[in-house]
Amino acid sequence: MAGRKKLVIEESWCKGCGICAAFCPKQVLEIQKEKVSVIHPEQCIACGFCELRCPDYAIYLVNVEE
Amino acid sequence: MASDLVHLYMRIDHLPQMWCPGCGNGVIMRDVAVAIQELIEDPELDFNREDFVIVSGIGCSSRAAGYLDFNSIHTTHGRAIAFATGIKFANPKLHVVVLTGDGDCSAIGGNHLIHAARRNMGLTVIAFNNDIYGMTGGQYSPTTPNGDKATTAPYGNVDRPFDIANLATGAGASFAARGDIYHARETIDIIKQAILHKGFSLVDVYSVCPTYYGRKNKKGDAVEMLKWQKEHLVPTARYYSMPESERADKKLIGILSYNDYPEYTDEYAKVIESCRKKDKK
Repeated sequence: MAGRKKLVIEESWCKGCGICAAFCPKQVLEIQKEKVSVIHPEQCIACGFCELRCPDYAIYLVNVEE
Repeated sequence: MASDLVHLYMRIDHLPQMWCPGCGNGVIMRDVAVAIQELIEDPELDFNREDFVIVSGIGCSSRAAGYLDFNSIHTTHGRAIAFATGIKFANPKLHVVVLTGDGDCSAIGGNHLIHAARRNMGLTVIAFNNDIYGMTGGQYSPTTPNGDKATTAPYGNVDRPFDIANLATGAGASFAARGDIYHARETIDIIKQAILHKGFSLVDVYSVCPTYYGRKNKKGDAVEMLKWQKEHLVPTARYYSMPESERADKKLIGILSYNDYPEYTDEYAKVIESCRKKDKK
């Protein structure tokens, strides 16, 4: 993942609507068994579009301490 | 675990929220929380968390007042703006933000909406507009498009819909704007502008209801409904740079009308002041 941010998923809050995966510009995410999964973490550019449009607050970026 | 925003501004013990999968309401609620956070954290502005009051009515949208961790009140159907008017009058320095739905603010509370707009009460009204009464099972609302289906319009809706932002402008609102789910960042900025506006401001935010409106009208799931928004709703700068022929099936996301009318509680304070001066003489 680029930068000093990484994706965190709160799986118990995810309802599997698929908005995050559909609008991810780098195809980092996929819905598997009605929950979001990070399938290509190395492609993440930390744009935050998934967090911006997640209606359930189940995916978000956190700063990684170096 | 949850993001800092959720920890700071939402009642985490009430989460996860109970809206349906893909419901746009969660996105609008987040937009409101981010807008308020950015105003509070802006060193050039003087916004305090204690000065915000969240008021909601009844309907799916109005559950947001329970999830957001501010001074909040969940009122009766259609009366959110009436309660908010009372709060603003009692303490005009408060930032009163009304979270309401298309039915709550334009049908049941339609009169409160137009008169608060006409008076230019210093409220910020965020309409979660999903084109349907979701909580009660998908009856058509005043914003259901003509011809679309609902449980109460199985052969298609005969009514013509309200455009809530235009309705507010027509009633004299000094600030009316439109936002949506797909353009969440733009919508956050519009909500900030609405809160910064001194008089009555209304933001008609196009939500999505995949469960009732989407399914009844074969609009697909939440992703398909957001793709429709991406293609048909256009932020201001791009909208005005498009050739007119391309705008026919598009709607503008941004501020639709703005006027610098005097705010109601300010005008009322002037009356009180002038009466006090007369008493002293």
